[in-house]
Amino acid sequence: MTSVAQEQGVVETRSGSHALAEFLARFRELGIVLALVIVVGATTIDNHLFLSAANVQQILAGSAIIALLAIGETIVIITRNVDLSIGSVLGISAYATGVLYVHHPNVSLAVVFAVALAIGAVCGAVNGLIVTVGRVPSLVVTLGTLYIIRGIDGAWAGGNQVNASMLPDSFNRIGYATVLGIPYLGWIAIIAVAVATYAMRSFRTPRDFYAIGSDPDAARLAGIPVGSRVFLAFVLSGAIAGVTGALWLSLYASVDAIAGVGYEFQVIAAVVVGGVAIFGGSGTVLGAALGALLLYSINTALVVVNVSSFWSTALAGGLLLAAIAFDRLIALRVAPAMRTRRSARG
Amino acid sequence: MTTTPEAPVISLEHAQKSFGAVHALEDGHIDLFGGQVHGLVGENGAGKSTLVKILAGVYRPDSGQLLIDGEEAIFDNAKQSQEAGIAIIFQEPTLFPDLSVAENIFVGVQPLKRFRRIDGRRMRREAATLFEQLGVGLDPDRLARGLSIADQQLVEIAKALTTNARVIVMDEPTAALAMNEVEQLFRIVETLRARGNAVLFISHRLDEIFAICQRVTVMRDGRHVWTKPIDELTVPSVIRAMVGRDMDALFPKVPTEPGRVVLKVDRLTREGDFTDVSFVVRSGEIVALAGLVGAGRTEVARAIFGIDRADAGSVEIEGKRLRPGSPSAAMAAGIGLVPEDRRQQGLVMDFSIERNIALASLDTVRRGGLVLRASERTFARDWALRLRLKYAKLTNPVWTLSGGNQQKTVLAKWLGRKPTLLIVDEPTRGIDVGTKAEVHRLLSDLAGQGVAILMISSELPEVLGMADRVVVLFEGRVMREFARADADEDAIMRAATGLVEEAA
Repeated sequence: MTSVAQEQGVVETRSGSHALAEFLARFRELGIVLALVIVVGATTIDNHLFLSAANVQQILAGSAIIALLAIGETIVIITRNVDLSIGSVLGISAYATGVLYVHHPNVSLAVVFAVALAIGAVCGAVNGLIVTVGRVPSLVVTLGTLYIIRGIDGAWAGGNQVNASMLPDSFNRIGYATVLGIPYLGWIAIIAVAVATYAMRSFRTPRDFYAIGSDPDAARLAGIPVGSRVFLAFVLSGAIAGVTGALWLSLYASVDAIAGVGYEFQVIAAVVVGGVAIFGGSGTVLGAALGALLLYSINTALVVVNVSSFWSTALAGGLLLAAIAFDRLIALRVAPAMRTRRSARG
Repeated sequence: MTTTPEAPVISLEHAQKSFGAVHALEDGHIDLFGGQVHGLVGENGAGKSTLVKILAGVYRPDSGQLLIDGEEAIFDNAKQSQEAGIAIIFQEPTLFPDLSVAENIFVGVQPLKRFRRIDGRRMRREAATLFEQLGVGLDPDRLARGLSIADQQLVEIAKALTTNARVIVMDEPTAALAMNEVEQLFRIVETLRARGNAVLFISHRLDEIFAICQRVTVMRDGRHVWTKPIDELTVPSVIRAMVGRDMDALFPKVPTEPGRVVLKVDRLTREGDFTDVSFVVRSGEIVALAGLVGAGRTEVARAIFGIDRADAGSVEIEGKRLRPGSPSAAMAAGIGLVPEDRRQQGLVMDFSIERNIALASLDTVRRGGLVLRASERTFARDWALRLRLKYAKLTNPVWTLSGGNQQKTVLAKWLGRKPTLLIVDEPTRGIDVGTKAEVHRLLSDLAGQGVAILMISSELPEVLGMADRVVVLFEGRVMREFARADADEDAIMRAATGLVEEAA
C-alpha cells in the first residue's frame, strides 16, 4: 500500500507544468479584470472624463447588452456549437417589441418581455432542431438563420422605424434609469450573470453541457441525452437574445430593420476573450461577461483618446487572437506531458 | 479458489452482428458469474470488441439473446446497459478532459441537495472515499485533462463502483499501462472479485490472463471456440485455439534473391509509440511487420515515411540518411506508403480515378506548372491496365469503386512513381478473396522486380505466405525476427503476445 502511495506522489509532481496551466486557465477572469484596470487607468490619465458618471453609465449599459448575449452564446459554445443568429434574433425581437407598442400603447411590461422571450425561444428552437435532428453543423445552420431572420425582419420593417416618442416612458426608463449610479441594464446583466454562473455550476443539466462539449462521444457513452441538451442550449441562447432585443430597444429607443447587425461577432469575440474554449467544454459565463465589458471599454476608450474607430476594430481582433494563442499555449504545454506519461511502460 | 456460483449474472448467447457484408461477430457466446474474473482472448478481428460493444449497449446484435439474471434484456443505448449494472472500462477511457475527476465519476448521477442542486462537497468526499477503497491517492478536484491512462482507468473503475455495477468489463485495460500500474490494476481487480463483482477481462497478454482469471473464453473469426476453467489450460493450448485455422494456398510469394539493403531503420524511437526499433529491408524482399493492434506497427511506418517525427534513431534509404519528419523527402527518396485507412488517407474519395492515380506523379504529367489532362489520362489508363483495375469510366469518382479496386488505385498511385521501397499497411483488409489474391500476386511481382516491400499485416496466414522475413513488434519494441523458414503461427503469436522464447 505505501509503495503505491509513493508512486502516486511521483506522478503528481511530474505534472507540475500542467498544474500551472490549470491554474492559469482557472484564473482567466483575474487576467481580464487586470486588463480592464489597465485600460481604464491609462485612458483616465489621458482624459479624466473617461471616468465621469455619464461615461461609465454609458459603458455599463452598452456592455450589458453584449454581456447578456454572451451568456447564451457561452452556453452554446460550451456544447461545442456556435450560434451566429443572435444578432438577427435581437433585431427582430427589438422590432417586434416596438411594433407591439405602436399597436397596443398600454400593453404591460410583462407581456412585452414575454413576447420578446417567445420570439427568441422559437428562433432558438428552430436552430436547435436543425442542428440536432438534421445533424447539420451549427456554424452553417445559424449562418443560414442569421440571414433568414434578418430577411424576415427586413421584409416586415421595410423602411419603417419605431422611435422613442412611440414608446411609453415606463419602457424607456429601463434604458436610462439608474440605481446606486448603475443603470438598470447593468443591474440586469449583473443579476443574470450571477444567476447563470451559479446555475452552470450547481445543476446537472448545465454540467451536461460541459461534458458534451468536452467529448460528445463520451457523453453519449455516459448516457447523457446529447440531442435534447444541445437543443436546450440553442433555445436558451435564442430566448436570451429575444429578451435582450427588448432591452436593446429600451436603451437605444429607436429600431429599424438593421438593429443588432454584426452583434454576433462582438459577442463571440467577448466570449473567446473571456476564456470560453471555442471547441467547447470549458469556460465560464462570468469570464464571457467580463470579456464583453473589456472589449466594450476598449472601444469607448479609443474614442475618448481620439483613435480612429477602425483601429478599435483591429484591436478587438488582436485581443481575440491573443486569447486564442493563450489557449493554444496551454494545450501545447499539456500535450507533451500526456504523451510522456503514456510511454512510461514497463 | 472460488466455487462457481449457481447461475450466471449475465449471459450472451449466439450473438451475431454484421456491418454491411462484414460479419464482425458470427456466434458470440459468454457467461459471467459473480465473484469470478473471466478472461477473453482472441486475435485481432476475432470479434472481442464487437462483443464488448454489444454488452455496452453501443451495438444492438442482429440476432442472439442477452440474459441478465436469467431474464432476457435488450439494450438500445449505453444508459440501459449501465442501468442493468454493466460497466465498461475501455482501453482508452472516455473521460471528459475539462471536468474534474470527481465530476467525471458522478456525471449524470451527482449527489443532490435541496432544490436539485449538486452537492459538490459530498461528491468530492465520496470520490475520495472511493479512491481510498481502491487504495490510490488521486485528487478528486483536479481536471481529468493530463491524467495518465492508468489514472483515467481508475476514474472509470471508481465510476463503475458508484453505479453499483455488478458486471465490470475491461477491454484491454493493460495495453497502455506500465508494469507497476498493471500490478495496481490487478490488485483492484482482485478487490472487485472479492466484492462479488463479475469481471470480464480482455487482454492480449496471456501471462496476465493466467495470473488473474478463473475461466477463459477463446474467440476466433467472430466465433466462440471454447470456454474452460483456467486450471485445465496451458499457454500453448490457448494459443493453438486462438490461431488454429486452415492455411490456404492463397499466398504465392515467388522466392527471390535479396539484393542490396534498401531500407535501414536504426534504433528508431518515438516516445509513447515505439522504442529502439531496428531492422533492414533488402531489394526484392518482402518483410512483414507483425504484431497485435497497438503494438506500434503503423506508427513505425508513419515515422519512416516522415508523417510523424521520431524522437531518436535514423532511417536510411540506400545508405543515405533520410531527413526526418518530411513525407516529401521520403517520396523523393523513393518511398511509397499505402496506408491502412485508404478512404481517409490513401485516396481523395471525391476525385476521379484518374486524378487519384496521377496524384503522386504530378511532376510527370505536368508541363510548365499546369497539369495536362491528356497526359494525366494516359498515365492513369496505363497503370489501370497494368493492375487490371475494374472501372466504368476513369473520370468517375473513386468512391464508385469496390474496396479491392480502391486499394489497387492506391497501389497504382505509388507504383506510378517507381518506388524503391513500398510500405503497405494492411494491404488486403476488407477486400474480397479474389482481389486479395491479385494484390498478393502484385506485391510478389514487385518484389521480383527488385522493389523492397515492408508489409504490415494482422493476418498471420498472409504474413506467413508472403514474407521473406517477419519482424514481430510487441508494445513498441522488436520482440523477435524470424526468417521465413523459422516462422510459424505459434511462434509469431507467442512473440506478439510478449512471451519470450527460449534462447532464440
